[in-house]
Amino acid sequence: MNLESAVSRTVNMREQEIARRKAHRRRFKEKLIERFFFLNGLTAILVLGGIFALLFIKSYPAFKELGVFQFFLGAVWNPTSYSVPKYGILSLIVSSLMVTLGALAIAVPLGIGCAAFISEMASKRFKEILKPAIELLAAIPSVVVGFLGIVLVNPIISKLFGISHGLNALNGSILLAIMSLPTIVSLSEDALRAVPLTYKEASLALGANRWQTLVRVSIPSALSGITASIMLGMGRAIGETMTVLMATGNAPGLTFNFLEAIQTMTATIAIELGEVPYNTTHYYSLFVIGFVLFVMTFVVNLISDLILQKYQEVER
Amino acid sequence: MFGKTWLLIGLFAAVFSGFVLFAPAVDAGDMIQVKGSDSEVNLVQRLAEVFMQKNQDVNISVTGGGSGTGIAALINKQTDIANSSRELNAKEEEAAKKAGVTPFRVIFATDAVSVILHPENPVAKLTIDQLGKIFKGEITNWKEVGGPDLKISLYGRQSNSGTYVFFREFVLKGDYSQRMKSMNGNAQIVEGVQRDKAGIGYVAVGYVVGQNGEVKPGVKILNVAKDDKSEAFSPAKMENVMSGKYPISRPLNQYLNGKPTGKLLEFMKFQIGPVGQEIVKKQGFFPVQANWMEFNRKQGL
Repeated sequence: MNLESAVSRTVNMREQEIARRKAHRRRFKEKLIERFFFLNGLTAILVLGGIFALLFIKSYPAFKELGVFQFFLGAVWNPTSYSVPKYGILSLIVSSLMVTLGALAIAVPLGIGCAAFISEMASKRFKEILKPAIELLAAIPSVVVGFLGIVLVNPIISKLFGISHGLNALNGSILLAIMSLPTIVSLSEDALRAVPLTYKEASLALGANRWQTLVRVSIPSALSGITASIMLGMGRAIGETMTVLMATGNAPGLTFNFLEAIQTMTATIAIELGEVPYNTTHYYSLFVIGFVLFVMTFVVNLISDLILQKYQEVER
Repeated sequence: MFGKTWLLIGLFAAVFSGFVLFAPAVDAGDMIQVKGSDSEVNLVQRLAEVFMQKNQDVNISVTGGGSGTGIAALINKQTDIANSSRELNAKEEEAAKKAGVTPFRVIFATDAVSVILHPENPVAKLTIDQLGKIFKGEITNWKEVGGPDLKISLYGRQSNSGTYVFFREFVLKGDYSQRMKSMNGNAQIVEGVQRDKAGIGYVAVGYVVGQNGEVKPGVKILNVAKDDKSEAFSPAKMENVMSGKYPISRPLNQYLNGKPTGKLLEFMKFQIGPVGQEIVKKQGFFPVQANWMEFNRKQGL
């Protein structure tokens, strides 16, 4: 009796011990997994910080040698000049902004209109075809889009505007608009669909027609989501390289005319980094361009992230 | 069952033919890397093809990228031969010395840098001085040189191109206009000018002239005069270029690290020999001029 209870107690204790160990091990495992994912998250931040630091360190010598003003106020970029090398990146920044804003001017009305059609009007069947089709646009390689720019958009622009060639900022804008369209349409449509049905019902019940409901109720309610989609599309457009390299003609002079050839920041880096001698002023200057580009895309993405966050808070 | 057997046979056949095709390539000991000038790349590719047919044990891979890129690769010891349509500059000589590379220059063909226009453009000849002013952006309308009232649209190369540097040193003696479009290669310039009524561009002669001196369709080759007192000549005729009457011609170079030996030497000798020079002509370029052939000979080729 006594012995039995003692045995059962020991067995019990042993079982408890095993259970405790098991729990302990599980907790340890969970912690390990947690750490693992924490490290993964950290890696992304470390890489980002690393890129930032690298760009800054590599561009610092150029800033030190030439001063900040020569970069941002100089309009002439010609580091391999016959006589005096010039390192003004103003014209390159202006060019990048031109194609980006031009692309947005085309893609935003088109994208929002398309999103509105998909979410409000299209039949379910048509919607199921249309949305994936637009998202598939994003899968076209940029070099193919650039090629279309040369052989298709180029002659059309030249005929339409009566100019001798169509390798210019407008060409780049059109192509970038096509490339940022999937982002804008897809995310805007998500935002429009997330607008509670009751809003629309209330609007319609008050006697508004479908157009009024769309413009005065649905779009304003989804505005933060739509804005975020536009900003993300913009980030895509600024950083695009191959397409603009092929379609905009690459003339580095400063211009505000959309029918003139331009050279963007990304194209400049792509053209010149391959052959520049290491550790020269020209080399460091290319990193300055990269640094400016990085800051620009970073800010655009940050803003879109903030807007998206706010939008999600409101939704909750 | 029947299908499976056939599948198996097919599979074996595929594997076997793969062996037959690739075994010699794997076996080949000599791999020669050639890199550089976009103007030279097609020509050297053709030369290499014919050379490889005669020497089954040699493998030559030819890639472009621009003269500057090729020379950089030679200095970094990433290529055996650097194609260059210009000479090494002082900075590159210094970098080569630092890296322990002794550049050995071989001239294997002659190029006439050809200035091309849209076929509808009535302008038929220009002087070197006029060309320089056009590409510097000092002359901006075709009517200033006897053409229609059209804004000139410039097509040039990117700064890693030997042709870019040569044309700048030889014709402009100054900076290119900031409005010049920088194209990726000779072929892109031809494409651009074909579509542009006001276009003007410069390319290696092999890109616009076929083997019998006929001009490729879609572009017009400009006759160029040394100055306004001399006659203008076309680069399409071999005689004009060989005699030096066409003013913008240049030797096409290859740079190696030190005097070549073995298969490299054989390849060099093949290129400047009678068979090689015949290929050069067929590709629309011109044979080595007598004084440069003498230069090669003195180096022991």
